[in-house]
Amino acid sequence: MSDVVLSISHLTKRFDQQTILEDLSLDVREGEVVVIVGSSGCGKSTLLRCINALEEIQGGEIRLRGEPIRHNSKNLPEMRRKIGMVFQNYELFPHLTVLDNIMLSPVRAQKRSREETRTEALTLLDRVGLKEKAGSYPRQLSGGQKQRVAIVRALIMHPEILLFDEVTAALDPEMVREVLDVIVSLADQGKTMLIVTHEMSFARAVADRIILLEDRRILEENTPEQFFTSPKTEQAEKFLQSFEFKRKKES
Amino acid sequence: MDWGYIQNVLPLYGKAAWLTLRTGAAGILLAAIVGLLCAAASHWRVPVLRRITSAYVEISRNTPLLIQLFFIYYGLPKIGIRTRPEACGILGLAFLGGGYMAEAFRSGIEAVDRIQEESALSLGLTRLQTFLHVILPQAAAISAPAFMANVVFLMKETSVFSAVSLMDLMFTAKDQIGLYYRTAENLFLLVGAYLLILLPLSMLGSVWERRLRYAGFGT
Repeated sequence: MSDVVLSISHLTKRFDQQTILEDLSLDVREGEVVVIVGSSGCGKSTLLRCINALEEIQGGEIRLRGEPIRHNSKNLPEMRRKIGMVFQNYELFPHLTVLDNIMLSPVRAQKRSREETRTEALTLLDRVGLKEKAGSYPRQLSGGQKQRVAIVRALIMHPEILLFDEVTAALDPEMVREVLDVIVSLADQGKTMLIVTHEMSFARAVADRIILLEDRRILEENTPEQFFTSPKTEQAEKFLQSFEFKRKKES
Repeated sequence: MDWGYIQNVLPLYGKAAWLTLRTGAAGILLAAIVGLLCAAASHWRVPVLRRITSAYVEISRNTPLLIQLFFIYYGLPKIGIRTRPEACGILGLAFLGGGYMAEAFRSGIEAVDRIQEESALSLGLTRLQTFLHVILPQAAAISAPAFMANVVFLMKETSVFSAVSLMDLMFTAKDQIGLYYRTAENLFLLVGAYLLILLPLSMLGSVWERRLRYAGFGT
């Protein structure tokens, strides 16, 4: 068994009186791809946001390589550099070019040299087929291109783990593929990833482990094969059935 | 209209315009700095400073500049703080303008989506880096029209400087009218001088606004 990269133990998250996540525990090991599924509002995104401390937690502990991640600790920026986050709506910086978007954090936060960063940024852009867009502004890109840039921006930090928060949910259907292909190739490279998605066939292809989040907790934890063919719980079965309908409605 | 007279007093007006421009620019620059600090304090929700800031913004915006100047020029010496007329004008303008600038910057900063900040923070940038490199440039584009309106407004406000015996444009005109009763000529020069200062400023402002808007913002 390889090393645990991310360890969540007994996590509880409340907004005011409402409990979103309760006593949730989850380990992600090195090189593992864990996909979280669940109906809207079940707390999937909140879980990711807790991991890089964009949300305060009310109980439990989150550790990255054994080091605790705390909302108010001094070393939070340093910890966040080890966690790559890709958002649903890309969240590129509109006033910066693609290249500057990617270089901002390595140069400012990690104090790496501009030259070395630029070279790596261009290599990574090339790998996702966007080298010629280095000088463009985000508004000149399609949604799928923006999301690939956002992935590169996270990758260049060399994070221990990548978090994907419904990264294709805002995309037009024909652009979903190009983004998912990039993520699949990252999985092939052995990157450690925690992915929240509504794309079931993608989940099945990319995941080492599928987690169904429902009612504030992990309801089922399974291999993708088993989860989609013979889920352990009734709720999982229900969820998978409802999905076809939901997906048609959404797209 | 006596053109010979106008020619004679033109150097006086030149000197006065320079004074107006100089004190105005210094006051506006200070105001922008004060405004930025205030906006940052309210953005970061700095506990005590935030309340002081909002009190200051209300006081500065809801009292006339003339009275602020009197307070600095005639009031402060009573507690031992004496200022030269020019410093008094600059400080007064900075005090008044700081409140307006704070509001201009604050509205720009608030208009930047919160998730942009989260995106920057999750890349491991510190709060200050996030503010300087991500929030402020976007806020600046949004604040630009309000900022420029404030610059023009504050430049016009300098016309009350004469009340603290600063020999600015207004002072010079009043002085000349009092001495030689050349009302038409002096009012003509006064309006002309202000237009000469303010029109290019306004035009520069709209070019700058457009530049910022095209620099990759929006959509």
